[in-house]
Amino acid sequence: MNETSMVVKVGIADLNIVKAPDTIRTSGLGSCVGVVIYDSSKKIAGLSHVLLPDSKAAKQVKVNEHKYADTAISCLIRLLLENGARKYALKAKIAGGAQMFQFTSGSDIMRIGQRNAEAVKQKLHELQVPIIATDIGGNVGRTIEFDPVTCTLSIRKINKETFLI
Amino acid sequence: MEFNNLSSAQKDVLREIGNIGAGNAATSLSMLLNKRIEMKVPSVSIVNYDELMELIGGPEETIVGLMFRIRGEAPGTVYLLLKVEEAEYLVRKLTGDPEFSLLNNEQNNEMAISALHEIGNIVTGSYLTALSDFTNINMQPSIPYLGIDMAGAILTVGLVELSQVTDFAIIIDTEINRNNESNEGIKGNFFLLPDPDSLTKIFTALGINYDE
Repeated sequence: MNETSMVVKVGIADLNIVKAPDTIRTSGLGSCVGVVIYDSSKKIAGLSHVLLPDSKAAKQVKVNEHKYADTAISCLIRLLLENGARKYALKAKIAGGAQMFQFTSGSDIMRIGQRNAEAVKQKLHELQVPIIATDIGGNVGRTIEFDPVTCTLSIRKINKETFLI
Repeated sequence: MEFNNLSSAQKDVLREIGNIGAGNAATSLSMLLNKRIEMKVPSVSIVNYDELMELIGGPEETIVGLMFRIRGEAPGTVYLLLKVEEAEYLVRKLTGDPEFSLLNNEQNNEMAISALHEIGNIVTGSYLTALSDFTNINMQPSIPYLGIDMAGAILTVGLVELSQVTDFAIIIDTEINRNNESNEGIKGNFFLLPDPDSLTKIFTALGINYDE
């Protein structure tokens, strides 16, 4: 990595893309899912911080497409293709989808992490993007950073060593 | 319903709610610790999700969060947020173990967690009682949910209800402070996040027209 490389930060319910040597990062994923989609030979990667599973459940007049698994992943892929990635070469790595609190009532809203992860996997399957690695579930927060050169996703949890998938 | 355009009268009412609730909470905390507790004038802000995380030091900051769902006529979520050191201070004070450390001390965690739950119950209970009396709206706290993790991970739980309706959250933030004389003590934030429909109910109960 040379000294001019930057870390692009992605906020909640947002997405962005980077080209090498820059890296892309999102912080404090809980029930949210971080979806990285990349083209390894073009050294380009996109990251989406998904907050909710399904845009069809939205009660908003104007839907924020970057917030939902089903719409955000399509947006991200479109953006990657516009910037030189090739559809057939796309691969994905995903992390997050934790359940931060053990709720006693089993309502849907409380299983949001699991539902987010399922929605992300289903959408990637539908769009035929293979999932290469995952770190999903549990009850811990995650900060993730992807490097399009090595195509590794580094994952940090509190009180744990950072590891790569 | 979008929150972007609250009138100043409406913000005043929400600030007053924060004031009354946290005033009561600070009093019970003060009794619990036998120490003087001060609080700041509450602020009402309408923020997007990223700004919400910045209010407590960014999404990656490790915090101790006690979350309660509010049940009743005006549902919502209330958080008592403490820095790790503050929570450790509280546990040390209540369990009498001066060596206690939250992140390393595995064997004592059960006791600590139970102490933190109890603090949450007492403090948030008095917060909601005050709110409930003032608005004459029935509000019941759920059991406490404790998380020691990144702020982003803990706070997004409270956003799930809201986020289906809007990209903004209305935060009634009250900071409680220890007395400045000593280094030990307690400093924390109360975040009250009313569910979208609850706001209308609160305004109506207090005689303020939502659409004014």
